[in-house]
Amino acid sequence: MASHYEAPIRKPLVIGDKDYHDVSVDIAAPIEGRANRQWWIVFSIALAALLWGIGAIIYTISTGIGTWGLNKTVNWAWDITNFVWWVGIGHAGTLISAVLLLFRQKWRMAINRSAEAMTIFSVIQAGLFPIIHMGRPWLAYWVVPIPNQFGSLWVNFNSPLLWDVFAISTYLSVSLVFWWTGLLPDFAMIRDRAVKPFQKKIYSLVSFGWTGRAKDWQRFEEVSLVLAGLATPLVLSVHTIVSFDFATSVIPGWHTTIFPPYFVAGAIFSGFAMVQTLLIIMRKVSNLEAYITVQHIELMNIIIMVTGSIVGCAYITELFIAWYSGVEYEQYAFLNRATGPYWWAYLLMMSCNVVSPQVMWFKKIRTSIVISFVISIVVNIGMWFERFVIIVTSLHRDYLPSSWTMFSPTFVDIGIFIGTIGFFFVLFLLYARTFPVIAQAEVKSILKSSGSKYKKLRDASKP
Amino acid sequence: MYTFSNRLKIGAIVLMALGILGMGVGFVSVPSTPEEARAMVTAHDDDGHGGTHAEESEHPAAAGEHPDAAEHPAEEAGHAAESEHGASHDEHLMHQLQNRPWSALYVAAFFFFMISLGVLAFYAIQRASQAGWSPLLFRVMEGITSYLVPGGIVIFVIFILSVMHFNHLFLWMDPEVVAEDKLIQGKAGYLNPTFFLIRAAVFLGGWILYREVSRRLSLAQDEAEDNKNFVKNFRWSAGFLVFYLVTESMMSWDWIMSIDPHWFSTLFGWYVFASMMVSGITVIAMVTIYLKSKGYLPDVNDSHIHDLAKFMFGFSIFWTYLWFSQFMLIWYANIPEEVTYFVTRIEDYKLPFFGMVAMNFVFPLLVLMNSDYKRVNWFVIMAGIVILAGHYIDVFNMVMPGTVGDQWFIGIPELGAVCFFAGIFILWVFRSLTKVPLQPKRNPFIEESRHFHY
Repeated sequence: MASHYEAPIRKPLVIGDKDYHDVSVDIAAPIEGRANRQWWIVFSIALAALLWGIGAIIYTISTGIGTWGLNKTVNWAWDITNFVWWVGIGHAGTLISAVLLLFRQKWRMAINRSAEAMTIFSVIQAGLFPIIHMGRPWLAYWVVPIPNQFGSLWVNFNSPLLWDVFAISTYLSVSLVFWWTGLLPDFAMIRDRAVKPFQKKIYSLVSFGWTGRAKDWQRFEEVSLVLAGLATPLVLSVHTIVSFDFATSVIPGWHTTIFPPYFVAGAIFSGFAMVQTLLIIMRKVSNLEAYITVQHIELMNIIIMVTGSIVGCAYITELFIAWYSGVEYEQYAFLNRATGPYWWAYLLMMSCNVVSPQVMWFKKIRTSIVISFVISIVVNIGMWFERFVIIVTSLHRDYLPSSWTMFSPTFVDIGIFIGTIGFFFVLFLLYARTFPVIAQAEVKSILKSSGSKYKKLRDASKP
Repeated sequence: MYTFSNRLKIGAIVLMALGILGMGVGFVSVPSTPEEARAMVTAHDDDGHGGTHAEESEHPAAAGEHPDAAEHPAEEAGHAAESEHGASHDEHLMHQLQNRPWSALYVAAFFFFMISLGVLAFYAIQRASQAGWSPLLFRVMEGITSYLVPGGIVIFVIFILSVMHFNHLFLWMDPEVVAEDKLIQGKAGYLNPTFFLIRAAVFLGGWILYREVSRRLSLAQDEAEDNKNFVKNFRWSAGFLVFYLVTESMMSWDWIMSIDPHWFSTLFGWYVFASMMVSGITVIAMVTIYLKSKGYLPDVNDSHIHDLAKFMFGFSIFWTYLWFSQFMLIWYANIPEEVTYFVTRIEDYKLPFFGMVAMNFVFPLLVLMNSDYKRVNWFVIMAGIVILAGHYIDVFNMVMPGTVGDQWFIGIPELGAVCFFAGIFILWVFRSLTKVPLQPKRNPFIEESRHFHY
């Protein structure tokens, strides 16, 4: 239980003098209202992208991986780049809901729901790639250790690609459970407000008969805490295992021990940037400016700045150790990144990831919504290129100069990536209209300590 | 105001005296000639101790695989002629035995320095993140970080002595070794004595500067009418964290990784960071519990202890995560130039190497999991002792294999050095705790911290 005292210098987290009822009304409004024309336009665009992506996937699977731009040297490129990118984006959701819960950050209450939704939807996108990049995806079930008629032929547990299977599937399921438990009181609120029988039926179903008794709340809190405690090591380990795909190899530029924490830092960095992009739009279109305030945006910017600096520190560490190691392959790998044929990608990655978040040191900039929005997109571009640079530049020139080559994507590579972006937005747009996008139960728990109305009352009662 | 109890003071002085005695024994009992070294090791083996040492000397061929052999080119040349081999082996042995008291001194000096640096980083994080629970503990943290000055001076003196060739802790400082070692020559742009000392001075200067400025602002805030000093301190802390992020990594490359100058790992800096943080937080918890038990911190309740214990638990797991990541990736890829690092450790340091994982991970994981136990003071102290011992062994494992090789032992010189530095640490930290009231007065979050209840 938190104390009832809050330092006067803390700024209110809910502005506009809301009370409990206002919170319910504001959060239920998008669900109870009808979608406007813009929503339908954006949804159609996303759906079109998704359909295009499905077409590209079907074409790949029915024709063969050769439709992609991969070659014998560069045998991972856009597929795994997109995979790592999407997994990375997903990490901010768990970070906001779990890590910030462990650190008792009250400001997470307004953003955790959407961040978790983002996690789930982006992990779904990520989960597509390990399947579709297989040569024979119809045998994908062979990665699962199930007894079979081949004399119980099993998988080899030494491969990080198998660890990926366990990591991603566990991550998705735990995130889903964590998210859904948090949704129960909110679904119950929608259920209780619903006037249309169909809506009432649906929200009765998904809220699992939540009645909000004291005992339920007590257990609810305990479960949230335990799940947060479990999700934190999980979120670290998932992206760590993704980084192991590269770091366990012997490829210069891949084999480096800093990858596990540095990928995780990059994941938080890119994930927060994505949350920022989505929430800046959402607070506007769903009229939630009173809950997702400029202070929230500022705090997310600070996290972007901190993780961006950690990532920058890791880049410099890698560069330094490559020189320090005295291993010429390692030295060449980094020389090639900076001055080789993909120098532009490296430059883009460096400027987007290392330079751009540093502007957040200025309060004027980090409290500006427009600049935050731009930077958040810049960061996501930069983080896509980070994965691309790590994967492609390390592969296209390694030990044997006779196997040096180049990589360029085909329209199928690009089409699938666009398809996943479409799919993500289809899911997110549907979510924004049917789910309570802010955890009202949680926001109500901080209303009296951090709501502007109650802060004013406290200030007034003081001499 | 805290008054330094006489018993604790005398205890610290006794520790220091014992420590000096132990270190003295270590320094006088080193061999001065290769023959003497040979005789010492043979006598030691005859006692029936250290079977592995005997094995090593009975199988000279195995020395070829020994990574230290590569670091002693003079010895490598000796391998060519069988007859010369014995002599160069003895010389190698002599260097290792001569290094032992120095390494013991260095490990202990670094360990206690790392604790106060870890506390400084934790303190800066608490300030930069505007934590509401911890301001009550700021004076305790400031007390612990006061050790940065004496601890930093000792470390710097050790470095100057190393540069002046009083010891062989850092092989790359020896021009004869460098002359015959291409790999070290390639690193000479970074690993050269002058630049090394300049870097060390910059790191130490920067950390101590922040500590002094922050302490001054923290005290000024108590007397002030507004929050100006608090805001300034916030800015200094954020700035320090950036400086710390960069210098901590470089410090660990310089001060520890370069002991094995052929080996490299990108994760190393962050790994040392994790060890530093967990030891630092553990010491905060232990000092807080001690002061509270004497009635000096009336407003600190078991929720504060609970939070500190959670950090001990969390950072123990984080340390393990980084330890495992570094170890597993190198083990998995098994690239010869990196894997020697772990080969020597597993062959010659099996018990400390795996023992520390039990002490730093399994033990805290099991005992600090339960929320109720984290509020029991003696439980936190017991867990803290194991964690601190475990992280001493962690530093031991990082330093010793590169300096004394298989001639390690935790005996009089090692324990002496630990006692000596523990003595100075206690003396200095508790002396600085007597200087100002233990509770900040006008920190904007102090009321939150006093009401803190979890």
